[in-house]
Amino acid sequence: MSFIDRTARAFFLYELFQGLAVTLRYFFKPPVTINYPYEKGVLSPRFRGEHALRRYANGEERCIACKLCEAVCPAQAITIEPEPRADGSRRARRYDLDMTKCIFCGFCQEACPVDAIVEGPNFEYATETRAELMYNKSKLLANGDRWEVELAYRIAADAPYR
Amino acid sequence: MPKLTIDGREIEVEAGTTIIQAADQLGIEIPRFCYHERLAIAGNCRMCLVEVEKMPKPVASCAQPVGEGMVVKTNTAVVRKARQGVMEFLLINHPLDCPICDQGGECDLQDQAMAYGSDRGRCQEGKRAVPDKDYGPLVQTMMTRCIQCTRCIRFISEVAGTPVLGGLGRGEHLEIGRYVNAAVSSELSGNLIDLCPVGALTNKPASYTYRAWELKKTESIDAMDGLGASIRVDTRGNEVIRVLPRVNEDVNEEWLSDRSRFAVDGLKRQRLDRPYVRKDGKLQPASWAEAFAAIAARIKGLDGSKIAAIAGDQADAEAMVALKDLMALLGSPNLDCRQDGAKLDPAVRASYLFNSTAAGIEEADALLLIGTNPRKESPVLNARIRKRWSKGGFKVARIGHKSDLTYKYEHLGASATVLKDIADGKHPFFEVLKAAAKPALIIGQGALAADDGAAILGLARKLADAAGLVKDGWNGFNVLHTAAARVGGLDLGFVPGTGGRDTAAIVDGAAKGDISVVFLLGADEIDVKGLGSAFVVYQGSHGDAGAHRADVVLPGAAYTEKNATYVNTEGRAQQTKLAVFPPGEAKEDWRIIRALSETLGKLLPYDSLKAVRERLTKVSPVFAAIGEVTAAPWGAAFGTDGTPSDRSLVSGIDNFYMTDPISRASKTMAECTAAFGGGCNHKKTGTHG
Repeated sequence: MSFIDRTARAFFLYELFQGLAVTLRYFFKPPVTINYPYEKGVLSPRFRGEHALRRYANGEERCIACKLCEAVCPAQAITIEPEPRADGSRRARRYDLDMTKCIFCGFCQEACPVDAIVEGPNFEYATETRAELMYNKSKLLANGDRWEVELAYRIAADAPYR
Repeated sequence: MPKLTIDGREIEVEAGTTIIQAADQLGIEIPRFCYHERLAIAGNCRMCLVEVEKMPKPVASCAQPVGEGMVVKTNTAVVRKARQGVMEFLLINHPLDCPICDQGGECDLQDQAMAYGSDRGRCQEGKRAVPDKDYGPLVQTMMTRCIQCTRCIRFISEVAGTPVLGGLGRGEHLEIGRYVNAAVSSELSGNLIDLCPVGALTNKPASYTYRAWELKKTESIDAMDGLGASIRVDTRGNEVIRVLPRVNEDVNEEWLSDRSRFAVDGLKRQRLDRPYVRKDGKLQPASWAEAFAAIAARIKGLDGSKIAAIAGDQADAEAMVALKDLMALLGSPNLDCRQDGAKLDPAVRASYLFNSTAAGIEEADALLLIGTNPRKESPVLNARIRKRWSKGGFKVARIGHKSDLTYKYEHLGASATVLKDIADGKHPFFEVLKAAAKPALIIGQGALAADDGAAILGLARKLADAAGLVKDGWNGFNVLHTAAARVGGLDLGFVPGTGGRDTAAIVDGAAKGDISVVFLLGADEIDVKGLGSAFVVYQGSHGDAGAHRADVVLPGAAYTEKNATYVNTEGRAQQTKLAVFPPGEAKEDWRIIRALSETLGKLLPYDSLKAVRERLTKVSPVFAAIGEVTAAPWGAAFGTDGTPSDRSLVSGIDNFYMTDPISRASKTMAECTAAFGGGCNHKKTGTHG
C-alpha cells in the first residue's frame, strides 16, 4: 500500500507543489530581510558594540584611570597609564584599547565605577587597516561625544533592571 | 603564665599579653585598625571586639590583657554584629573614592568592609570633609579618608622620635595633623604610608601612577646605606615603581629610611645606557667592542704599578672580586674600596664590623657614639637605639657634632681628645661603660675618614679593651658604615696590596702622573677633578661625577637590576635580586669586567654567576652564609697609637637625602633637600637660590 502511495506522490509531484505552496504563502507576507545599510534592525539597549569614553555634562571626562576595566578585561585589551593632572585629579595619560583583542564581553562597562567606558550601539566600525583598530583615548572620547545621546538613553533604559 | 581558650583552642601565654597577641600566636585573625604590634596600644578603633565569657559586653581584644581560664570567642553572632556596627560607623564618614585612592587594592578598610560592611549605608547626611595637610614632599595626605586610628601619631612619637603629629579637636571634629603647618621632618616618614590602614597617607612621588595588583614584587636588599635593610621592589614593566620594607627582625624590623624608599625615581634618571669613549675631548657613544679596545690600547704594555682601581659605595661583591682578580692579573697592587679614605683595618675583621649586630643594640645598656650621626647615617638603626633608650636604663654619650638624635644623650665634646681621656680612664663616662653589663660604642665614618682616623680607631680599641666592651657572648665595638659596598670590599680584600696605593695615594699619583690608568667602579665621591691626565675608566649606573671625568664609560647596573651580594655593616652577607633589567646596553657589573678581561688578554676564570660566587666564597667564607652574620673574632690589635687632632668630628654624611649617584639623580630627593634644608653639617647661605 505504501508503495502505491509513494509512487503516486512522486508521479503527481506532490512535494514540489507543497514547496511551491510555502513559497506562495510567503509571497503575500511582509519581507523579514532589510535593506542594510539603508535600513537597520532593532538593537537592545544592552547591545555591546564599539566602545566609547563618556564625559560629564560639563565636559569633564569621566574616566579616573582607576584601572578596574584593565584589571577585569579577560582579553587584556585595555592599557591605562594614570597620572595626576595639573589640577591634582587622577586622570588617564593613556587609555589604549586593542579592538582586535576585545571579545565584547562587557566586563569593562560593568567594572567602571563612573560609567566612563561603555560599549555603545555602534557595530559599523570596520577599517581597512589593523592599526586603525588600536583605539587611543582621544578616539574613545570622540566616540563618546558622537554617541552620547544614544549612550545616555541606553543606560537610562537599562537602569530599572540593575 | 595564664592559660586561656580562644575559639576552643588552649594556649599558654606570658602574663601581660593581650588577647589579640595570643590570638595572633594561634593564627586566629582578629580584624584591627589601630593595633600594631610595634606601637603602643591605643584601643580606639574598636574593630577587634571579641566575646569573653562572663564579661557583659564585647571587649577590645587589643587592649585586654589575658587572664587565667579566660574563654574567648572571636567569631560568634554577637562579635560579628558588634564589628558590623563598628564598620558602619567607620564608613559613615569615609569617602567612597576607592577607585582613585592609591591604597585601593591593599587597603585594610576595604578588605574588612568586604567581611563586615553593608552594601549600602543608612545615613543620608553629607559626609565629613577635612582639609588636607601638607606633610612635605614624601607623604601625600587625603585627610577625609582618615579613620583616626592614630597609628601615625604613635609611630612618629614613639619610633621615629619626632613628635610632630597629633590629634586636634574631639569627636567628629577630631583631625590628625601637625601642631604647626610644616613638613614632617623625619627620616622615617615613609613608614607612615605603610602604617596607615586606609588611604589617608600615601606615597606622594608615586601618587596616582600604580595600582597595587599590577605590580610585580621582588624581594631584595637595600643598597642605599650600610644597614642593608630587607626590601621589596615593586615594579611594573621595566620600571621600579616603589620600594617597601620587608619584615626582618635582625636588621630593619619593618621600617625603611626615606632615602631607601623614595630615591627610586633616581633609577630612571641620568642613566648610562650605552658605552662612551672620549674623542676630541667629548664623550661619544660607542659600542662595547670600541670601548674595550680603547681601554686595551691604553693598558697595553703598561706596568701594573701605573694602573689603579677604586670601588664606590654601591659596588657589589661580585664586581669587586672580578675587578680585584683582574688587577692581580694586570700586576697592580693599587686598589681601594674606601673612597672616603676611612682608616679601617682590613686585617682584623672585628675592627670594621658592627659587632653587636643591629638587634644586639637592644640589649646594650651604655652607648658611646664617636663621630657619628646615626639619625642621618642609618635612621632605621637610630630607631633601634631610640627603642632601647625608651625602655630606660640606657646611657648614651656622644663625641662629635651636636644635633638632635631623637633621644637624650650626654654630649662629651666635639673632638676626639675627649675620647683619649675616656680610653685612659680619666673621664667619668669610662666608669659608666665599665659598670655596664653590655656596653657598646659606635664609631662613624666621620671619625675615621681623616688623617687621625687610625689613631681614633686605636683609641677606640684601647677603650673597648679597658672598659670591657668585649666579653663572653658580647662585642660592643661597632663601626657604622654608610656605604653598602664597604664591608664586602674589605671582606674580599679590595684594599691596597703590598706596596699598593690607597685612595688618596691613587688620586695623588694620578695628579702627578705616576698612575696612568684609573678604573672607577661606581666611585663618584672621590676628587675626580684631581685625577690629572690619567686615563679614567668609569663603570657605573649613573652619569655622575665619575662619568663626567671619564675617558671611557661602561654602563653598569644599579642594585635593583642585578643579582648581587652586599655585606652590611654587621657583616651579614645578603643578596639583591634582579627586579628589572638594566637600561639599554647596560650589563651586570661583573660581566663587564669579565668581558673586558678577555679583550685585555687576561681572561678571568669564571663566566657564570655561580662561578663568581664560588670564587667569592673561596676569597672569604662570609659570602657563603647568606643572610647570616658571620661573627668576627676580636683578634689582634688594630688602629695606631697616637694622639688624635682636636678637629671637630662631624658625620660622614652631610646631606641625608643625597649620598650616592642614585639619590643625587632623584627628583624626590632634590625636593627633600630643598624642603628639609639638606646639609646637616652646614646651613643655607641666603644666596643659595
